[in-house]
Amino acid sequence: MNESASIAPDRRPEIAPLFLFRWEDTQSSYVLLYPEGVVKLNDSAGEILKRCDGEHTVAAVIAELQQTFAEPPERVATGVHRFLEVSYAKGWIRDRA
Amino acid sequence: MPKDGSAIALDGQGRPLWLVLELTYRCPLKCVWCNNPLDFDRYASKELSTDEWKDVLRQARSLGSLQLGFSGGEPMLRDDLEELVEFANGLGFYTNLITSGIGLNEDRLQALKRAGLKQIQLSLQSADRKLTNELVGTRAHDLKIDVARRIKAAGFPMVLNVPVVRQNIEQVDRILALAEEIGVDYLELANIQYYNWALLNREALLPSRAQIELAEQKVQAARARLGKRMTIYFVIPDYYEGRPKACMNGWGTIHLTIAPDGAALPCQEVRVIDGLEFPTVREHSLEWLWNESPLFRKFRGDEWMKSPCSGCSEKSTDFGGCRCQAFLLTGDAANCDPACSKSPHHSVITEAIAAASASIDRPLVHRLAGAAEPAELTP
Repeated sequence: MNESASIAPDRRPEIAPLFLFRWEDTQSSYVLLYPEGVVKLNDSAGEILKRCDGEHTVAAVIAELQQTFAEPPERVATGVHRFLEVSYAKGWIRDRA
Repeated sequence: MPKDGSAIALDGQGRPLWLVLELTYRCPLKCVWCNNPLDFDRYASKELSTDEWKDVLRQARSLGSLQLGFSGGEPMLRDDLEELVEFANGLGFYTNLITSGIGLNEDRLQALKRAGLKQIQLSLQSADRKLTNELVGTRAHDLKIDVARRIKAAGFPMVLNVPVVRQNIEQVDRILALAEEIGVDYLELANIQYYNWALLNREALLPSRAQIELAEQKVQAARARLGKRMTIYFVIPDYYEGRPKACMNGWGTIHLTIAPDGAALPCQEVRVIDGLEFPTVREHSLEWLWNESPLFRKFRGDEWMKSPCSGCSEKSTDFGGCRCQAFLLTGDAANCDPACSKSPHHSVITEAIAAASASIDRPLVHRLAGAAEPAELTP
């Protein structure tokens, strides 16, 4: 993936107001709940969205996850960018106002 | 209301992710497509108490239910709605209110907000007063518009649900504009499904294929114009699809409805099927009802399927369609849904379309106690 086409590192994404993000014991995973819908998140998606709190910059999200996951740092960065792009496109997250 | 086109995209792994509580069948409206039973008035004296509903909520949450719809009838007619919302919210449900708006005054709206209600789905039947009032059988239009604005002012995410029928389908542009002006988050233009009162009125309600195509074009244009500002669902009627809807994502897979009398149902319409028993939460645990009861096991999976479904490559996509529709239109709930062009009974659908297009002026039957006998619906 081309880094230059990715999301600017100083953006601070947060969960969009239509969505509720939380841990769900019965699914052993993080979920996104919204009117009439549920999205079950895999581990890495959950870890990324957990940090979309309007405080973390994209760079900070990546830096923390590079500590958390055993993957090569470059792959973690690419994965975060890719997932954030999807999340912005789906309206799950927005930039902090 | 969970339905074909609903956005749950999650394998429930055997859990009833979506719980709908039909708190009451009582309702101030008399909609001509009401999906409540034709003999809805027989249930009024059997409604579960507040404590019984709380027990249902507790049990369902431990079974893994996540999404919760408070529905009816009109759920605002229950004075304990706020109490139940607060209780459910405390258990961790995502709480949805599905309402006609009647009874949702400012005090109760604010009380529901405080109770932790997450979103409101409001029904609206057309873009103009006269038609709305005609379809619901009472003066409701202005009140609904007022409620819609107050729901947004109170900061709730909002779904505006418009049941689409021949009478309002040509208003799609005006409905889109109205929804945009109100600022709804999700607009659901749902071609109605034909059960109960809707089936009784089918000849007068079913739109033509040309009307549906035109409406769909307008929806596409609006989607392009509005982008993420408003999500528009357009649920097309299975009569014109050639393939059945994946009803309830499969029988007993993720959807659990509790009827006003406590009956645990795989879908809200299922009591139209003769010969099934509908045990209630008054006699059984929810765990038994969901996992073990003969009702939920009846059409779970695909063992029950007959030809052509049993050998069909699409059976894991649409699960053979809707059991209620199969029963109502072919007389056997285990038959392929006749909305499927592969069904040997598909002609009942094409004949219904022909009959509808030939009967422009058939009078509508409004939902009223005693206005219809169940026998009228048996083919």
